[in-house]
Amino acid sequence: MIESLPPGLLLILGGLLLPLVPRRLRSLWLVALPLLGLVHVWVLPEDARCALSAFGYDLELLRVDKLSRIFGLIFHIAALLSAIYSLHVKDPLEQAASMAYAGCAIGAVFAGDLLSLFLFWEGTAVTSVFLVWAGRSERSTGAGVRYLLIQVGSGVLLLAGAILHFRETGSMAFGASWASGGGDGLRGAFAFASWGDASPAAVLILLAFGIKAAFPLLHNWLQDAYPESTPTGTVWLSAFTTKLAIYALARGFAGTDALIAIGAVMAAFPIFYAVIENDLRKVLAYSLNSQLGFMVVGVGIGTELALNGTAGHAFASVIYKGLLFMSMGAVLHRVGTIKGSELGGLWRSMPLTTVFCSVGAASISVFPLFSGFVTKSMVMAAAAEEHHTMVFLVLLFASVGAFHNSGIKIPYFAFFAGDSGRRPKEAPWNMLAAMAVAAVLCVWIGCAPGFLYGLLPFDVAGFSPYDLTHVVTQSQLLFFSALAFVFLHKSGLYPPELPSTNIDAEWLYRKGGRRMALAARDACTRTTAVFGRFVDRAAGQTFDLVERLHRPDHGALGEPWTIGTAAIWAAGILAAIAVLGLT
Amino acid sequence: MTGHGQPSVGPRAVRRVMICLYLLCTGWVLLDFTYTKHGHYGFEEIPGFHAAYGFVSCVFLVLAATRLRRAVKRDEDYYDD
Repeated sequence: MIESLPPGLLLILGGLLLPLVPRRLRSLWLVALPLLGLVHVWVLPEDARCALSAFGYDLELLRVDKLSRIFGLIFHIAALLSAIYSLHVKDPLEQAASMAYAGCAIGAVFAGDLLSLFLFWEGTAVTSVFLVWAGRSERSTGAGVRYLLIQVGSGVLLLAGAILHFRETGSMAFGASWASGGGDGLRGAFAFASWGDASPAAVLILLAFGIKAAFPLLHNWLQDAYPESTPTGTVWLSAFTTKLAIYALARGFAGTDALIAIGAVMAAFPIFYAVIENDLRKVLAYSLNSQLGFMVVGVGIGTELALNGTAGHAFASVIYKGLLFMSMGAVLHRVGTIKGSELGGLWRSMPLTTVFCSVGAASISVFPLFSGFVTKSMVMAAAAEEHHTMVFLVLLFASVGAFHNSGIKIPYFAFFAGDSGRRPKEAPWNMLAAMAVAAVLCVWIGCAPGFLYGLLPFDVAGFSPYDLTHVVTQSQLLFFSALAFVFLHKSGLYPPELPSTNIDAEWLYRKGGRRMALAARDACTRTTAVFGRFVDRAAGQTFDLVERLHRPDHGALGEPWTIGTAAIWAAGILAAIAVLGLT
Repeated sequence: MTGHGQPSVGPRAVRRVMICLYLLCTGWVLLDFTYTKHGHYGFEEIPGFHAAYGFVSCVFLVLAATRLRRAVKRDEDYYDD
């Protein structure tokens, strides 16, 4: 009975009931919920089902296969680590919202039909916005409103796509179960060969998923909202929304060629912004966006190796990206700023945070023995095996970018570089504990990938990340990128950290939209003015004419008629009526 | 600004790190001549290919981003008014 309850419900209800829990028990409550959920997902049998009738439809709230299980597990691990990291937070709204948010994301990955998916999808939007607003600044309020509009908009597109799909096929099912279908899993439920073949339903659903996955030009909500949250809120946010979108893309669009190009652009495009960004949590947000690009490429290629790469990389990146956001959150918590231009030299007083940050940095940079090495290589190998040479080279370039931005820039400007003179206290114990567990997981996955490989949707037999060529070539790539960083620094070519805002796609709706609205208002005012003048003149002339006609002296209608003239007119009119009446 | 105040790491430590980096770079490239490479593509088997690709990519990334900054940089409170 308990095992066929939908996972996620526990965290959603537990989060909503949190304000009723006595204060001294809340910490225990927050850690126990994801821990219990984790055990639940672990023991969940593949044939577990939970159906519910609502709105005249059968909602399938529980569908278990290897794809939903690996995402369910990592979401619970992320919730557990984030809960430990946030133990010092006493704001019940933030605590409740974050737990319910994680629950909605977990609910979504186990949803078997589009309507349930939609409900949880919107659930993640309305719960997570409280984490953005928890920043409690004018900026976070604005960013939260924009975030909510975009996230809810994604849900509306999903619902529209689902309704169209239902009208076309009569089914609300969201893809087949990967475990039962075997090879079926290689093609997503809505996959299309070219844009011309795509049904309107598929395009709408892809757009909905693409917004949450931060596709190029649809991406800016991520860099806008995440860095405005609290130090703890950003850690929660970094794990769920985007990875839920990757899950949904894999389930819905595996094998859609268009995603290969989209993913490659996504991997390469944000890293340029990360180089010149001063807010270090925003650097991480751009870098997160680039990592999602690798996963989208994997979904697009759609072979077993590629999809394993996508799922595995999502799993690893939730942990290492969470760890990086945790370390920057700790700096923000202690120092009060996260701007690269105001930091530096923190390693002296925050040595443990420095070490944990470096482990996260090594993992995202794909250093051998760290988690990124054993997962990203699957996507790269899949691209090469399918002869996507350009994509392979772009991904290699994006790897260098990830190393430069998250591997060098983040630890360097926060903990080393020029000494800012700040000597903050080391992070609180609970933050250190969460970072330590995340760091251990990064190294463990990197050194013994067998456990993670066992969780992947398909058999990984025949793939080994630790062959000599791969280790040597990857090390060359990394060490020579580091050498380039040193060269650029020494030659003075390296751009300094500057307090600034860099305009990105969000300009279109934050400035461009406003300018367009102002221009439209001006145009309306001008049109009204021109039209008004025309009406004025026409009306003036008409009334002048009427007035002239009615003047008593010379007006045709105004001057008094003689009786004879009036009689002639009357006779004429009567005659006309008589003629018309007779004919 | 970067480099505000004194460097946070002493010059001797920096020198040691640099020497390690140079030695490791040299070592990884020399290793290429000691075993048979199995790349997915022919060009991957050129000795030092990844070393050159990494160096050039990083320099290109930073210089291109510096160019990009000229076009997109605004005041910190650009969106606040």
